[in-house]
Amino acid sequence: MSGRLRWRKFVSAFMLTLTGVCAVVAVSVLFFILGYLVFHGGTSLSWNFFTKLPAPVGEIGGGMANAILGSAKLLLLAALIGVPVGFLGAIYLAEFSGSSTAFVVRYAADLLNGVPSIVIGIFAYSLAVLPFKHFSTLAGGFALGLMMIPITLRSTEEFLRSVPNALREGAMALGASKWRTISSVIVPAAYRGILTAVLLAFARVAGETAPLLFTALGNRFWSPGWNQPTASLPAMIYSYAQAPYEDWHRQAWAAGLVLLVLILAINIIARAILARGAAVPRS
Amino acid sequence: MTISKVNFFYGAKQSLFNINLDIANNKVTALIGPSGCGKSTLLRTFNRMHETVKNARLEGEILLDGKNILSQDVTALRRRVGMVFQRPNPFPKSIFDNVAYGLKINGSKVPLAEAVEKSLRHAALWDEVKDHLHKSAYELSGGQQQRLCIARALAVEPEVLLLDEPCSALDPISTAKIEELLVQLKDLTTIAIVTHNMQQAARVSDFTAFLLVGQLVEFNPTPQLFTTPSDPRTEAYITGRFG
Repeated sequence: MSGRLRWRKFVSAFMLTLTGVCAVVAVSVLFFILGYLVFHGGTSLSWNFFTKLPAPVGEIGGGMANAILGSAKLLLLAALIGVPVGFLGAIYLAEFSGSSTAFVVRYAADLLNGVPSIVIGIFAYSLAVLPFKHFSTLAGGFALGLMMIPITLRSTEEFLRSVPNALREGAMALGASKWRTISSVIVPAAYRGILTAVLLAFARVAGETAPLLFTALGNRFWSPGWNQPTASLPAMIYSYAQAPYEDWHRQAWAAGLVLLVLILAINIIARAILARGAAVPRS
Repeated sequence: MTISKVNFFYGAKQSLFNINLDIANNKVTALIGPSGCGKSTLLRTFNRMHETVKNARLEGEILLDGKNILSQDVTALRRRVGMVFQRPNPFPKSIFDNVAYGLKINGSKVPLAEAVEKSLRHAALWDEVKDHLHKSAYELSGGQQQRLCIARALAVEPEVLLLDEPCSALDPISTAKIEELLVQLKDLTTIAIVTHNMQQAARVSDFTAFLLVGQLVEFNPTPQLFTTPSDPRTEAYITGRFG
């Protein structure tokens, strides 16, 4: 074998190994994080974690029930803002707008999607916290809702666009108005995709911390109302991980584990819905 | 239905030139011609589906029962002039709901189950689907789907039924079934069919219009057009010298 050929074979083998190792690294990061969370947080994960309030400083034990409920409330608010705006906006984009309007809206949505979450937080802070002079669950939900809009909008639009034009024509040829066509044929044909889009948007904002730090703030107790600060899992992790107590660190790990499992579950459900196949066969 | 002095433009490009045509009631009229001759464009003006295309512009008059369709409410018009497309396009709903769709959106008061059965019988599909009306329409074969689309169009009892190359995506057996069906359907409704298949036009139609690059070359009773065409271009086309 000539030296040149040997060199080539060596380079080939080397690069193959390198790409393989990188692929393994990419996958193992997730498993490493999962394993780490289970290792550190799994022991603190008990029934108390889901049902009890945080223990007073200095006491061992307690749970994060208030943060779990808080996160649920925040996500509910986010969905109330993000889903209708994103969904209806997507209908406008996919079914009504001219190409130049669509371009501008789509581009703006992509930019909004790229706005750092901390900036969204400041925005929500100045709009929904400062005027009322206190932090609130509503402000936190508002911030997360803003983040959900572009994600829902863009993916819903994609799914609406993938509905074959033949279905639109079929409905219109039967005398259906445009709105009737959309509500009775186009949206039902794309509903799986739309549902997936909403779930993924949920998963995306469920773990956001930065916008909550100065909107929903945090709370060591049950939140007294929508108008008052609330605890949330991500913000709880943030403050517990920084605290000087060993027990709090473990609780932070447990909260991280709960959050990650929740997000993974949403992702898996979303994929399962999509994998059941499109409602409309592609031609 | 009377088409009078119709000119049609896509943007600046004119694709139909001064078309005059009478579609006889309860007869089958075929529009034939080579690809791009404007036959589908012409058919799509009959229920104003051309308006879904941007920059499309129509001049002239199309009369249905003596009234210009261009000045009528478009959704009401499309209830009177039904359409079946090139590829079967059932909705992602059950067989029943597909047929009932037009009745539902029109707020029809007729009992749905009866109307659906009637339409499916007219479309010669009832016997094949009567036991699984609530299955998805996508479980049907292509030919059955196309007959379902015909049933869907018939359910609203249109005065005119337009078919845009309804068999081009179907196998020969399904095609034969649909052709047979068309001949029976003319008792119920007036039929206009676009086809690139001359034998099909000869088999199913009473009148045939031959179009070439946006012009109506010849319009005559089908037997006459195919046996003694009056225009040399028609003769050249039907004898297979071009197209």
